[in-house]
Amino acid sequence: MANRVSEPLFHIVKRDNVSRKKAWCIRLIAIVLAILVSAILTTILTDDNPFQVCITMASGAFGTMRKTMVTLQNLAILLIISLALTPAFKMRFWNIGGEGQVLIGGLAAAACMELMGDRLPAGLSFPNWFVMVCMVVSSILAGALWGFIPAALKAKWNTNETLSTLMMNYIAIQLVAYFIIKWEVPKGSGKIGIINQSTNIGWLPQLFGSRYMLSIVLAIIVTIGMYIYLTYSKHGYEIAVVGESERTARYVGMKVKKVIIRTMLLSGGLCGLAGLLLVGSINHTITTTISNGQGFTAVMVSWLAKFNPFTMIFTTLLIVFLGRGASEISTKFELNQSFSDIVTGIILFFIIGCEFFINYKINFRKRKEDDVNV
Amino acid sequence: MKKVIALLLSLVMVASLAACGGSDTGAKKSGLKAGFIFLHDENSTYDLNFINAAKEACQAVGAEIVLKTNVPEGQECYDAAVDLADAGCDIIFADSFGHEDFMIEAAKEYPDIQFCHATGTKAHTEGLKNYHNAFAAIYEGRYLAGIAAGMKLNEMIADGKITEDQCKIGYIGAFTYAEVISGYSSFFLGARSVCPSATMEVTFTGSWYDETAEKEGANKLIADGCVLISQHADSMGAPTACETAGVPNVSYNGSTISVAPNTFIVSSRINWAPYFEFCMNAVKDGNEIPTDYTGTIATNSVLLTDLGNAAAEGTKEAIEDAKAKMVAGTLHVFDTSTFTVGGEKLTSYMADVDTDAAYQGDHEVITDGYFNESGEGFRSAPYFDLQIDGITLLDTAF
Repeated sequence: MANRVSEPLFHIVKRDNVSRKKAWCIRLIAIVLAILVSAILTTILTDDNPFQVCITMASGAFGTMRKTMVTLQNLAILLIISLALTPAFKMRFWNIGGEGQVLIGGLAAAACMELMGDRLPAGLSFPNWFVMVCMVVSSILAGALWGFIPAALKAKWNTNETLSTLMMNYIAIQLVAYFIIKWEVPKGSGKIGIINQSTNIGWLPQLFGSRYMLSIVLAIIVTIGMYIYLTYSKHGYEIAVVGESERTARYVGMKVKKVIIRTMLLSGGLCGLAGLLLVGSINHTITTTISNGQGFTAVMVSWLAKFNPFTMIFTTLLIVFLGRGASEISTKFELNQSFSDIVTGIILFFIIGCEFFINYKINFRKRKEDDVNV
Repeated sequence: MKKVIALLLSLVMVASLAACGGSDTGAKKSGLKAGFIFLHDENSTYDLNFINAAKEACQAVGAEIVLKTNVPEGQECYDAAVDLADAGCDIIFADSFGHEDFMIEAAKEYPDIQFCHATGTKAHTEGLKNYHNAFAAIYEGRYLAGIAAGMKLNEMIADGKITEDQCKIGYIGAFTYAEVISGYSSFFLGARSVCPSATMEVTFTGSWYDETAEKEGANKLIADGCVLISQHADSMGAPTACETAGVPNVSYNGSTISVAPNTFIVSSRINWAPYFEFCMNAVKDGNEIPTDYTGTIATNSVLLTDLGNAAAEGTKEAIEDAKAKMVAGTLHVFDTSTFTVGGEKLTSYMADVDTDAAYQGDHEVITDGYFNESGEGFRSAPYFDLQIDGITLLDTAF
């Protein structure tokens, strides 16, 4: 036994079943470690103590009533988009097209506001409620259409939905770019500006006297609705079965194509709703970057939450909190805005990385010569 | 359901606790506090020019400064503005055209705080006492930079590098917007005032900051036979392409000699510090800020950088000569005797000064034989949108 092959320093073993408690412990450790690393980095860059840095971050997200409301509003929008993508993901349909579905929904809302608002010839006007109804219907339909096209292609010709949903994003972006130039004011500026700023036609109503509440209330409704839909409805069950195995679904007599198309209509329609809120309630304008990559961030939010709508509240909060907190730090210490991206990157790296340690464990080489495989 | 309510309640509690902790920052007001909102950060030459001026002005006035960079032209701008107002700022500036509507929204909400917006067009029609626009007569600076370009063309002709009918200038613009049109037209008129055979081609990128598109635009113009390049877009794209191709170039927003040591001629830029100082002092002394403020070359709001190595001999004298005439009021950039539109001399023009969706002309702007750009009683942002003869627009999609 003189020439034994030496055992590597460590090897990686798949964990069979991890208790929920243990899994959450690992995640908690990851978050603490991530915050620690970010705090150290921030301390190096700003000469402020890590504790103070954390307070600054918290004050960026919740420092004033208004900051809190903006944070909650941002949370609401990201949450709605994440919830929108969730049924598709649960069905193992890789909807990377959230960005485009949000944009096209927003474009539909903006079109209603533009064409039925101040642009009408003098003497002609629509009642405000009618404009709003048109906005709601057209946004949701537009989003649903953007979800339907890749779903139909998948159902009919089994095309790769990752590619088609992704490419639909670019079509939406270009359409928005086209209409911005069509509606730009003043001429040549490439900007639409706030639509109907003086008449407020098509501005969705404020709830409880606050401009931020509408999105928040809708996000709560969508969260609860999505939880019930996925957990207790027949549709939700069908989605889960199709996601587990299409063949099983077909075997038990489910119409897989119908499920795919129906689910993507829902997914796209909800993204359209997010677009409606972004345009009709929050920004009152449209730009190609109005969704700000949230269609992609939502993919991560949804996965991190393991498709559970309530867990999603926390993953969304984490991401929104990081963004706003880090932006406060960069304002306070005059750091470049990239700092916020760096901190978010660090924390996401740890969180995603910890999933590895939940699924696998590392066995180090034992000191003793017992060759037992673990 | 209960869980959700409990969660929301706890969130609100956390929020209100944090609110108590954070609100003491704006309490002790030891003088003036000024807030600034920028579209990008110091990587953009346009924003860098603003940021430097903001720091300089606050230092001069002794005001506390809060900078918010990378604020997009959407609700984020409103959020940033009201956030600055909540934090106790007495005066808030924003630097990008698309910020305007959102600044107006914030101004309506905080009537006691002054909101100043650079490059905007709506202050004079909005009727808000605390909302103001500002610009500078940058067309004067462009005209002078144009003279430097014309001198360079003359030198190239004298050296036998080009013939008189090859004096084609290339220009990279962002959008077909009046500000850009006013800019390239004044630049061209400056160049033609010393090199009569000059012509110009303009291409548009559809973005205020797109390094790749600006670089490609410059390369396209050079391939098309342009022997000198200038730009109205905010990246280093065009100067970099010119340096590689060895084509002399005139820049904007500040010197680009660092990337084009051999081909940089001169750059014009707006100096915002006088305006910032003026406004902050007005707030301090309780004076009113004018609805529209147009800084000029006489008030030091329009500057030229030092000349680069590529500048022709005698450029400095020619510029100083023209500048003196401008300050004295004997030289007008848009003198109608120096250009034609569609082959005709202009005697009357209704410009779209009051912004509206139909782009309707509403003010007569030809007075005393010149186009009254950024004139008194109109608005500070440029409205010169004429297509003058001698300039060819290559692509006007934007």
